[in-house]
Amino acid sequence: MTQQTEGMLSPCRVLDLTDEKGLLCGKLLGDLGADVIKVERPSGDPARNIGPFYHDEADPEKSLFWFAFNASKRGITLDIETADGRAIFKKLVKTADFVIESFPPGYMDKLGLGYPELEKLNPGIILVSITPFGQTGPYKDYKVSDIVAWAMGGYMYQWGDPDRPPVRISHHSQAYLEAATEAAAGAIAALYHQELTGEGQQVDVSIQECVAWYTHYFTGVWDAQKRKQPRGTGMPQAYNLDIPITRLWPCKDGYVSWVWWGQGKRSSPPFAEWLAEWMESKGMAADFIREWDWDIAGYMSLTQEVVDSIEEPTGKFFMAHTRAELLEGALKRHVQLYPVSTPEDIMKGTPSVQLTARDYWVELEHPELGASITYPGAFAYTSAVLPRVSRRAPLIGEHNQEIYERELGIPREQLQMLKQAGVI
Amino acid sequence: MPKKALEGIKVADFAWAFVGPITTRTLASYGAEVIKIEGGVKAGRMDAQRFSGFFKDGVPGGVDRSSDFNMVNTGKLSVTLNLAHPKGVEVAKRFVAWADVVVENFAGGVMQKMGLGYEELRKVKPDVIMLSSCMMGQTGPEAWLGGVGPNLTARSSITHIVGWPDRAPAYLGPHTDYITPPLNVLAILAALIYRRRTGKGQYLDTSQYEGVLHFMAPLLLDYSVNQRVANRNGNRLAYAAPHGAYRCCGEDRWCAIAVFTDEEWERFCQVIGNPAWTNDPRFSTLLGRKENEEVLDKLVEKWTINHSAEEVMSMMQAAGVAAGVLETAEDLLEHDLQLKHRHYFWNLEHPEVGQYRTARPSFVLSKTPCEMRRAPLLGEHNEYALKEVLSMSDAEIAELVIEGVIE
Repeated sequence: MTQQTEGMLSPCRVLDLTDEKGLLCGKLLGDLGADVIKVERPSGDPARNIGPFYHDEADPEKSLFWFAFNASKRGITLDIETADGRAIFKKLVKTADFVIESFPPGYMDKLGLGYPELEKLNPGIILVSITPFGQTGPYKDYKVSDIVAWAMGGYMYQWGDPDRPPVRISHHSQAYLEAATEAAAGAIAALYHQELTGEGQQVDVSIQECVAWYTHYFTGVWDAQKRKQPRGTGMPQAYNLDIPITRLWPCKDGYVSWVWWGQGKRSSPPFAEWLAEWMESKGMAADFIREWDWDIAGYMSLTQEVVDSIEEPTGKFFMAHTRAELLEGALKRHVQLYPVSTPEDIMKGTPSVQLTARDYWVELEHPELGASITYPGAFAYTSAVLPRVSRRAPLIGEHNQEIYERELGIPREQLQMLKQAGVI
Repeated sequence: MPKKALEGIKVADFAWAFVGPITTRTLASYGAEVIKIEGGVKAGRMDAQRFSGFFKDGVPGGVDRSSDFNMVNTGKLSVTLNLAHPKGVEVAKRFVAWADVVVENFAGGVMQKMGLGYEELRKVKPDVIMLSSCMMGQTGPEAWLGGVGPNLTARSSITHIVGWPDRAPAYLGPHTDYITPPLNVLAILAALIYRRRTGKGQYLDTSQYEGVLHFMAPLLLDYSVNQRVANRNGNRLAYAAPHGAYRCCGEDRWCAIAVFTDEEWERFCQVIGNPAWTNDPRFSTLLGRKENEEVLDKLVEKWTINHSAEEVMSMMQAAGVAAGVLETAEDLLEHDLQLKHRHYFWNLEHPEVGQYRTARPSFVLSKTPCEMRRAPLLGEHNEYALKEVLSMSDAEIAELVIEGVIE
């Protein structure tokens, strides 16, 4: 287990009360070197029940979801709904720079742990609150789930096939991950101000708003042109919306992402020309493609006939090649064509070469499993200390002794009493 | 006491298109002074978003009429500099000497070729913080490879897990363009914190690919540990049913519903009036509902189709069941009461396009709120930036104009 010696946020401490909606926030801050303490209820956080699981063993200490988003954190158990729990929490608040949480609005206030109370304990404290819709407003008490956030952010409506319902990303609560990342950025913005002025504050993140930003292009089109973009058509450069164009093509062993349009000589570089040359080198470029003037191939000039004449030989070309072959050719010829990769490609196939060259992957020891697991590494390659995972996710209450006994000085007998009373 | 969280931070912004500009947009919204540096009409090398974006009222033309550009570049100052001219590079370096942070998102190696790589910039500003955000990173065999958002979405395996298992994945647009900017903002602000403490600047080489893969972490671990490649699953979730988007009355109106617990299932049944089918033992357990999910979804839709999406949402929410309208862009802007309450969209006035609405950043700071200001016109702040920021004389500026360094 490698410990960061000095990360960018090393002097900072984070008390992490989040659930599934905010776990990634603390993990990012931990990667940056902050001392992040995940605070779970004594029976363990419900997010430990989210799969996939290590060797498919459904166990709260084997959730790969939990591992992924709680690496770089230590862990304690604490029931803040008890008076004793709150008393201990307040002691910890005095030592912390951030409290991050994703409870419903008002929950922390009801416990006497809202921002005004925390500020009295620690004037510079920054409270980062992630909620479905924000701290106030007509929907503030609405229940959320990832699909509901995706829906109400306006993004889900835009994607999918016209003959089926709009569709969300199947794994893993992508709306929550975006909100958690925005929360981390907001937390450090608040820290920047706090270090200068001593003034802490609350960072209020609405998951709906984070999703709505993904929709900004479509809201922009509505605002500018009162036009509604049909599902699945993507960005509104395609003025001629009646003609569907293919963007994801079947290939021999999967799919590849490629768009012919808008990539002629006037765009730089001329990817369309280069793909046409590649097809020709394989004897697969139909006359139409050979002769087509990519300079005039703006979306507005499209007719169904043109699209079919170009897409038919293209489809055949892709079907004759595997993802790996297409990526190899794309890299060699500098064509912006990309296979729809799978995790297998990313970790073992051609895409993994770039990542390995940059020393991206990190092996973390899991002594309790007798194994080590490969994790994604630094999210920014810095010339100072790399912001990357430093330790595996904590076991339930793993650092209770370290923090309660050794740091706070709570005697062992008291800890036993608190354990039996369900406080820790 | 400063009223803006990021007041005093100075940014020399070479970014273009989406990812870089969204990054600096957030900084500008919270008070950083961001000078956006582009080429010019004659010099070329302007931000391509000025031309590829959509236009107000569908009328293209000019360099300041792109609505997309105007939404993404709020709050920044605009300076034109011909970076192909050696004097242009010199002036750019003077801006770097003024700045705390430099941001760019060209493909790997482009800034170096222009003489504006990190090692060069360190000479004029030893503690500069420079962020280079490109698709694959600045090093490695694919460092030169550029790409647009949809490409990265495919390459990061996100595309693979969107859509239905019985057909091609669904297109998701430049999805990853929205994941990278908050990671960039986080990296820049952390670097500023670090510099305050240590006096050290640094180079932040952010590969969009490497950042985005964090959102795929559980699936990467699943492959690594279990040799499994998770597939797309439509709108299903392994441990909830009903779970999906259900058609409501009206044209292409949908409501998402997600039922997790037995209690929620009972309340769901109550909301829809306890029809006979809900007593069918097939549906009384989660396992039963999952095994008969196709039938279940059809039965649910038989109810939702007779109600508006808004009704479905409010009835379900009143009963404590998670449900939400699949809002359209029009819904977000015109009807959503929550976003109105939160002042999420701001109304800005622009000399070329008139009124336009755009969203503020996605985090709200309680004591130091953001301020949204319109996007600049091309070169609008040349005089201010050269005179006030770089203390150039009128004669110096006139010479630069004559030489085609600024327009």
